[in-house]
Amino acid sequence: MSTSVIKKTAAEVAEIFASGEASAEEIAREHLGRIKAVDGDVKAFLHVDEDNVLAQARAVDARRAAGERLGPLAGVPIAHKDVFTTKDMPTTCSSKILEGWQPPYDATVTARLREAGMVILGKTNMDEFAMGSSTENSAFGPTHNPWDLTKIPGGSSGGSSAAVAAYEAPLATGTDTGGSIRQPAAVTGLVGMKPTYGGSSRYGVIAFASSLDTPGPLARTVLDAALLHEAFSGHDPMDSTSIDRPVPPVVEAARRADVEGLRIGVVKEFGGEGYQPGVLARFREAVELLESLGAKVVEVSCPHFTYALPAYYLIAPSECSSNLARFDAMRYGLRVGDDGTRSAEEVMALTRAEGFGPEVKRRVMLGTYALSSGYYDAYYGKAQQVRTLIARDFDAAFEQVDVLVSPTTPTTAFPIGERADDPMAMYLADLCTIPSNLAGNAAISVPCGLADEDRLPVGLQVMAPVLADDRTYRVAAAVEKALQDRWGGPLLAQAPDLTEAVK
Amino acid sequence: MTTTLVPYDEALTRYEPVLGIETHIELGTKSKMFCGCPTEFGAPPNTQVCPVCLGLPGALPVTNQAAIEGIIKIGLALNCSIVEWCRFARKNYFYPDMPKNFQISQYDEPLCVDGHLDVEVDGETYRIEIERVHMEEDTGKSLHVGGATGRIQGADYSLVDYNRAGIPLVEIVTKPIVATGDKAPLVARAYATELRELVRALGVSDVRMEQGSMRCDVNVSLMPTGSSVWGTRSETKNVNSLRSVERSVRHEIERQAGVLDAGERVVQETRHFHEDTGTTTSGRSKEEAQDYRYFPEPDLVPMAPPRAWVDELLSGRPELPAARRARVREEWSLSDKELQDIVNAGALDLIEETVRAGAEAAAARKWWMNELSRRATEQGVELTELPVTPADVVRVSALVAEGALNDKLARQVFDGVLAGEGTPDEVVEERGLKIVSDEGELAAVVDEVIAGNPDVADKIRGGKVAAAGALVGAVMKATRGQADAGRARELIIQKLTG
Amino acid sequence: MPDEHAATGSAEEAASGGAITRDDVAHLARLSRLALREDELEHLATQLGDIISAVARVQEVAAEDIPPTSHALALTNVFRADELRPGLTPEQALAGAPASEQQRFKVPRILDEEA
Repeated sequence: MSTSVIKKTAAEVAEIFASGEASAEEIAREHLGRIKAVDGDVKAFLHVDEDNVLAQARAVDARRAAGERLGPLAGVPIAHKDVFTTKDMPTTCSSKILEGWQPPYDATVTARLREAGMVILGKTNMDEFAMGSSTENSAFGPTHNPWDLTKIPGGSSGGSSAAVAAYEAPLATGTDTGGSIRQPAAVTGLVGMKPTYGGSSRYGVIAFASSLDTPGPLARTVLDAALLHEAFSGHDPMDSTSIDRPVPPVVEAARRADVEGLRIGVVKEFGGEGYQPGVLARFREAVELLESLGAKVVEVSCPHFTYALPAYYLIAPSECSSNLARFDAMRYGLRVGDDGTRSAEEVMALTRAEGFGPEVKRRVMLGTYALSSGYYDAYYGKAQQVRTLIARDFDAAFEQVDVLVSPTTPTTAFPIGERADDPMAMYLADLCTIPSNLAGNAAISVPCGLADEDRLPVGLQVMAPVLADDRTYRVAAAVEKALQDRWGGPLLAQAPDLTEAVK
Repeated sequence: MTTTLVPYDEALTRYEPVLGIETHIELGTKSKMFCGCPTEFGAPPNTQVCPVCLGLPGALPVTNQAAIEGIIKIGLALNCSIVEWCRFARKNYFYPDMPKNFQISQYDEPLCVDGHLDVEVDGETYRIEIERVHMEEDTGKSLHVGGATGRIQGADYSLVDYNRAGIPLVEIVTKPIVATGDKAPLVARAYATELRELVRALGVSDVRMEQGSMRCDVNVSLMPTGSSVWGTRSETKNVNSLRSVERSVRHEIERQAGVLDAGERVVQETRHFHEDTGTTTSGRSKEEAQDYRYFPEPDLVPMAPPRAWVDELLSGRPELPAARRARVREEWSLSDKELQDIVNAGALDLIEETVRAGAEAAAARKWWMNELSRRATEQGVELTELPVTPADVVRVSALVAEGALNDKLARQVFDGVLAGEGTPDEVVEERGLKIVSDEGELAAVVDEVIAGNPDVADKIRGGKVAAAGALVGAVMKATRGQADAGRARELIIQKLTG
Repeated sequence: MPDEHAATGSAEEAASGGAITRDDVAHLARLSRLALREDELEHLATQLGDIISAVARVQEVAAEDIPPTSHALALTNVFRADELRPGLTPEQALAGAPASEQQRFKVPRILDEEA
């Protein structure tokens, strides 16, 4: 095995393990080496415990040696977003309020990764409590985009996107509440998938907005994403909102990779003002490509999609204001100001003021406002009605077409610091991704090239109806295949070599 | 501010009370409302907890079907409509014994609505209208350390146990209870009593007020007699017994009448009832109205109980207390008073079980209501707590019926059973308690007695048969009560006049 | 959800996405249990005002008779059987606690506001 195992796809790494060419331990060591080499600059990980990683890898090797039938991703290392609870690693959601907290239980996704024989390399950085689109809202410092270390890696799953784009891990988990998988995937040249809401378990996912949060995969290829999707998705009796149905045949769809005869709708509302020209150019080319591959492309209007962003910024903060109430210094996490004279109420308020960062406080306050007496109907109530209208727009669109496409995000990766104290500008990063969170349907982002202006990755978003997750993989895989033929390799091959850059 | 209480009867001459009662009942499910932790009362602290009921980050609730069946049973028994679709809602407020700092409850979509419960006070029926019955979860329990004993005020710090957090809680809310006049405290008590009996009969909770598995908050307001404008209400919490329900209403009427008589206004507030004094004291006044920011619980999906399910719960339910009372009254030929005494003594189950096991209703009632009730009272325990079973009573009744025991001996048998000497048959055997039914043995005793009382014997010979009583007494004394007095009398008269 | 929510803020205020004052922010901070500094209150008043006027756009949508959506998917009646599942030991439960005593979570004195 050469050191190039780190550049292999997850499917290839799995094959290397399965064939016995390399042990899980050897594979893990290679990735730990890569992390050591580049993570000082990328800062994708919050926590990597080498001994723990090697112990996990050896356990997987032992399981194989004992003849256990392991899953298709056995032996493959993975970077795990710090929003998932892990009983052998701290789980902080990149918040000071949870610094050092070691959960006494594994998230369902975590447990399924272990069951599949995957090796968790560590926990990745994120926007605090998954609130943000740049990973700058981490209490432990920003993560850097491997394409350009001065740029953001997207967010909130920015540690995960950076880790995979920097070859620190072949796969990563993410959660997508308003675009937190798709947008980081888009700006780092990866595939990122938000499954149908309820298709992947939220048990053990520290909640941001319960009715929107969806765990999903980040990967360098569509097939890898599908393999990971299949590994951790499916019904979970511990999550009441989990769908009790078989996982759609995503791996099969990723392998099929054709769009012949498929009807594809271009969302009319997503384009024009506010969109970077290079993003629009790559998007148009991708649409033309799909047409050339035999898809029937039409323009579809989803008139309420323009209200998705304001509705989202009422619904998500409302739910978060309630979800984050439990961080109160009583049972776990940070406690500030308990000097024996202060009351529990004062200690709670001091701790929360100290333990939460500015964006979290903003959203908690906004949500408190939207739910409060006298404002509920005008804000939260209205946003819930808009949510219905957006779902109806999707329903109407999916009567005409099989999938909808749009740019994943209006711009490429922006400079770290540019939008840090301009929440409204930051929120625009999720413009195109939010509707699928509100309606709960499946959506994927797949690389479609580099913008001419800045040579940074652009993502194509493919949206499919609820439980038609396989359809997004089928289209994304077709695009990937055609573009890689054109480029002569994966888009990520065009990224700068970090070890070179570092030297 | 101290308020002069207005004597109850006087208060009722000027004011008409309006009541409202909110009752919380912990369901006796095996596991908690939203997780698989046990619900046992009295376990060591924090031994019945998991990520869900501790509100740990990432944990999610999943609804216990048995709890939903329990609340639907209660709703149906209270003549409520079961809604076709409803959701849980989050009630947001911060409190250390509430692990998530929101309570999963129901807001404007309760599961059961618009019911009623009829209660009887002094022969008159009052219909208590039920506004709603909804499902929620209980909180943890705090132990306050330092300051005054166990009180929250002045404590240095608190210690929280989350064993109770997440136990299913049903809240039953009445509509305003009006036109009860001076019967208001009794109506309140009768409602709580009937509700407790109803829920107990359904078998969905042990409804033990002293353990907190049934808790009442009692709202009271007064309006001037003849007025139709309701006054400001107080909400009395910590009402932990049926008697306290009655006393707290009575006290609030006296107190609020005092406030109003003094030309002051009743403050809308929470008050705490004190068992020792029978009075209430002010808790927190709602200066800044609570803003609970209710919204639909996104972690739980809506409930839409299928009609067939509800029908099944309805058809499978046990006999309810009112129907049962009507039935036993008929079957056992009881007067209202007799029935009421049985209910009040908590003897209905015991007597019915005794009858079902083969005893005559009259005998079962006699033993439980007289002999055994007296002993329970003497020992200061509930009738059900006596170490006597319906089967024991059946056996003793049978022995009396077949003439093997008389009442006096039967009481001695119960002495033995209560003292732990074994079953009635074992006590009879051990203590040698048997009516002397051997004719020869009895005849010998009779002869002895006649010989020892020649004067009395002569009187009887002379026709004064009534004098035989004295000789029967002597026979009984000689046999230590074990003779059949009737047979002894027959023998005496036969021997002296026959 | 009606009634209780219609208690304080006026409809016009809500509809205009009205300006947020420092005092409004202070009230929200109290409800949210956040001990904010004076400069944070001022800064947030501006920011929240901007955000609220932006999100108030939802009120432009003609949504009469449109049912609200609280859940992404229309699932109903998800229940579990009334069965025990292994939980945590007291040691595990208390492991993350900032303070504990007598196998209980130790918390500062509680002002009697609720319960």
